[in-house]
Amino acid sequence: MTSEFAVELRDVVKQFVTPEGNLLNAVDHVIMQIRNGEFFSMLGSSGCGKTTSLRLIAGFEWPTEGEVYIEGKLMGHTPPYQRKVNTVFQNYALFQHMNVYQNVAFGLEMEGASKSEIESRVKRNLEMVQLTGMERRKPKQLSGGQQQRVAVARALVKTPDVLLLDEPLGALDLKLRKEMQLELKALQKQLGITFVYVTHDQEEALTMSDRIAVMSNGKVQQMGTPVEIYERPANRFVADFIGESNFLEGTIKSLSKLEAQVFIPSLNTEMNAIPISQGLVNGEEVVVSIRPEKVRIVEESESKSNLLLGRVTDTVYIGADTHIFVDVNDVKIKVWEKNRMSRLDPESFYSVGQEIRLVLMAENTLVLKKD
Amino acid sequence: MNPYRRSPFVIVATILVYIFLYFPIFGLILYSFNASRTNITFEGFIPAFSDRVVMDGSIVTASPCGLFHWYCDLVRNDDVLEAAKNTLTIAFTATIVSTILGTMAAIALQSYDFKIKPFSQLSLYIPIVIPEIVMGIGILTLFSQFFGWANEALNLTGDARLALGLATVIVSHIAFMVPFVTLVVQARLQGIDKSFEEAAMDLGAREWNTFRRITLPMIMPGILSGALLAFTLSLDDFVITFFTNGPGSTTLPIYVYGLLRRIVTPQVNALSTIWILVVFLAVLLLQMFQNRDQEKSA
Amino acid sequence: MLQRLRESKSAQGTLLALPTTLWLFVLLILPLFLTLIVSFGKRSPDGNVIFTFTLDNYLRLLDPLYLQILSRSLTLAINTTVLVIFLAFPLAYFIARSRPKRRNLYLFMVLIPLWTNFVIRVFAWMMLLRKEGGINIILGWVAHSLNIPFEPLEMLYTPGAVLVGMVYEFLPFMILPIFTSLEKIDISLFEAAADLGANSIRTFIRITLPQSMPGIVAGTILVFVPVMGTFLVSDILGGRQVILVGNLIQRQFLDARDPPFGSAASLIIMVMTVVVTYFYTRKFGFGEEIVAA
Repeated sequence: MTSEFAVELRDVVKQFVTPEGNLLNAVDHVIMQIRNGEFFSMLGSSGCGKTTSLRLIAGFEWPTEGEVYIEGKLMGHTPPYQRKVNTVFQNYALFQHMNVYQNVAFGLEMEGASKSEIESRVKRNLEMVQLTGMERRKPKQLSGGQQQRVAVARALVKTPDVLLLDEPLGALDLKLRKEMQLELKALQKQLGITFVYVTHDQEEALTMSDRIAVMSNGKVQQMGTPVEIYERPANRFVADFIGESNFLEGTIKSLSKLEAQVFIPSLNTEMNAIPISQGLVNGEEVVVSIRPEKVRIVEESESKSNLLLGRVTDTVYIGADTHIFVDVNDVKIKVWEKNRMSRLDPESFYSVGQEIRLVLMAENTLVLKKD
Repeated sequence: MNPYRRSPFVIVATILVYIFLYFPIFGLILYSFNASRTNITFEGFIPAFSDRVVMDGSIVTASPCGLFHWYCDLVRNDDVLEAAKNTLTIAFTATIVSTILGTMAAIALQSYDFKIKPFSQLSLYIPIVIPEIVMGIGILTLFSQFFGWANEALNLTGDARLALGLATVIVSHIAFMVPFVTLVVQARLQGIDKSFEEAAMDLGAREWNTFRRITLPMIMPGILSGALLAFTLSLDDFVITFFTNGPGSTTLPIYVYGLLRRIVTPQVNALSTIWILVVFLAVLLLQMFQNRDQEKSA
Repeated sequence: MLQRLRESKSAQGTLLALPTTLWLFVLLILPLFLTLIVSFGKRSPDGNVIFTFTLDNYLRLLDPLYLQILSRSLTLAINTTVLVIFLAFPLAYFIARSRPKRRNLYLFMVLIPLWTNFVIRVFAWMMLLRKEGGINIILGWVAHSLNIPFEPLEMLYTPGAVLVGMVYEFLPFMILPIFTSLEKIDISLFEAAADLGANSIRTFIRITLPQSMPGIVAGTILVFVPVMGTFLVSDILGGRQVILVGNLIQRQFLDARDPPFGSAASLIIMVMTVVVTYFYTRKFGFGEEIVAA
């Protein structure tokens, strides 16, 4: 390892011309540092720039501005076949006129490896993805899951420094997808190679990744570990995109490094919260956010700060949880409560119209920038 | 409701049109067995299997061909044979060159952006929307001016003089065939996902290898279609050849045209019939090849 | 240097397209420019070109004699195209709606005349249209059996003969594109239309016709453009009586040896075809069905 980072994007911009003739920044001043040996994911909905960023690393696109570094080396206009990275494509891109063996062997052939070396390496990689015995089959004769494994084997047989995966599990059904998630994660750990993974599925990203970059409109909204992303979203977008959140708009009344008091006009009350976004100032208009599972339902006797009184408007029983929708002063608050007790008695569940007391603990209540 | 049912009007019209299409051809074939040398009226079939044939009221010693008298005549006609040889030479050469050129151009237009792209696209579009005669006389003008100047400047005489001939025909054919090849190959390229080529390059294949091992197998049907189209266009061409040929580079269509303006013996019919037969067999083979290809990919 | 090439997609594109572009530049663009230049020139006594600048050739075209030729060509092109559309449509429709297995056979039957040489097909009609030709023979039989006196018709060397020849030549070029676009219509569309109460005529107008437009457009371009420039058909079937622009140009270059005048005429029809094609495709779209092969 000659460099600190496996992949680095320094203020990269990629500009396209739309069919209407406008200029669009698919990747807009992105700064990313991907560490050696980590499982790194880029998460976002379509058009956020994650796939384009991946292609910039692979070499299928060249940056309009900024630089791409792989293992410390500036890539510039280096073509894909001169980069020590390999890609698993979303549609697998298996060569239809070749069989499984030939597909996996292709990359080694291009390197000029000897026939015996190719044989042993192909065999080993097919074993790694549990496809031994399928050498003679053509891609058309394989199931979706098998095709996907061939794609992985084909990319890995070249022992790249970095493996790029472009939504590889998108075409698989749920059960298979979950199986493959575990397999890919295990494979990555076993091989110790850096994986750069693109997906729109947050659960997938949260499950598999060491770190996640949440992207939207070509910009990185936040980069961090799954816990950081989930518990400390940097802005409203991330808080909304990942999981679910309740949002309350208000104005900062007082502010210190560790806590803030925010006045919420729609509830006509002041709330204690912790400041999360950078650069918040006194008097600023902000958004207070709390996740539904962190809202506590309390009995009459308890009274803490951030206490809200409301009425239940709807409840949805999910099995492990119950989702309770509460109306407080015409403000809708979502509350998710774990069903800890196995009960059948209808009285034990919340009913529509019931009065209810909610406590939003200050350390769970986040102050975010309004954007 | 039977989706294959068509109204009686359509069926009758179809039959009539098919008759319209084939009636002249039938007439053509019939007259190739004409026992009249002047070929104005049909004097009945040449008696078969006899080496003494009555034609136009006089007795002629025919070759053992009998009924196929005129066909045998053809074989002994050196002009026809030379014209046929020229036609095939031109067609093969022009097809090979225009297929290579056209395929390269199709790839360039489909997958790359480059400075002269609009110009290339326009040049390829023009031959399709202008009448062949405009292109024909343009090329003739070019050649006559250029040859005139070159022969003077380089003091060429006799055999060394630049003149219209096989080369000029071939070169002109290539020019008007390339746009069609490009069109066909480009259409095929459009249906191919870019990710295959990207995958190949990702795995270490450079441009030439990517093309040879991945792209080429995938577009081969398109290239073959384009080549076939080009071959047919060359074989059939009249106008461009008319203006660019010279002595010694006559092709079959030109030769037939020449005959039509002079004497029309049934030999022309025989030639036409053979041509029709060859086409029939070629189309048959093509259909069989296509069917087998379709079954393989099913 | 090879590395520089690898890193520039634009250079690779240029390299691939260069041979073709150069070839067409020399053999298409250059000749057209040359034609333009020559059209402003004068005829030399020995049939060559004197390069000067004069509008004489174009002015000569304004002579009623030549205008008549131009309008005859245009009329013929339009008539042929319209006639061909009417004849081709039922056949294309028939094939498009036939069982897939039979479809190849029907197409096969259309391809054979198409691939038979142009000159041969004109020759076939020359034989049929003569006074002693096939058509008159049949008409004679019919008249004879109906006991009507019959004089063989003079069909050759008339504008009608040229029209028939043109229609015959270009019919397959219209059948194939129309078939291609009709074939794309899902059979179930017809069933849906019937289900919603449309009778055959309405189905035709509202569904079949619009869907076949790309094919008709493509076919029109494949017919109109060549007809405008044709001289073979008019030469063989029309003789001295029917002179089209194509014949005019041919004669100027070969017999009269007046390249400047021929060039001027050539450019005029080129402009006419380009203009007509441009406006036509603007209105009706460019038929991708040109790839009929």
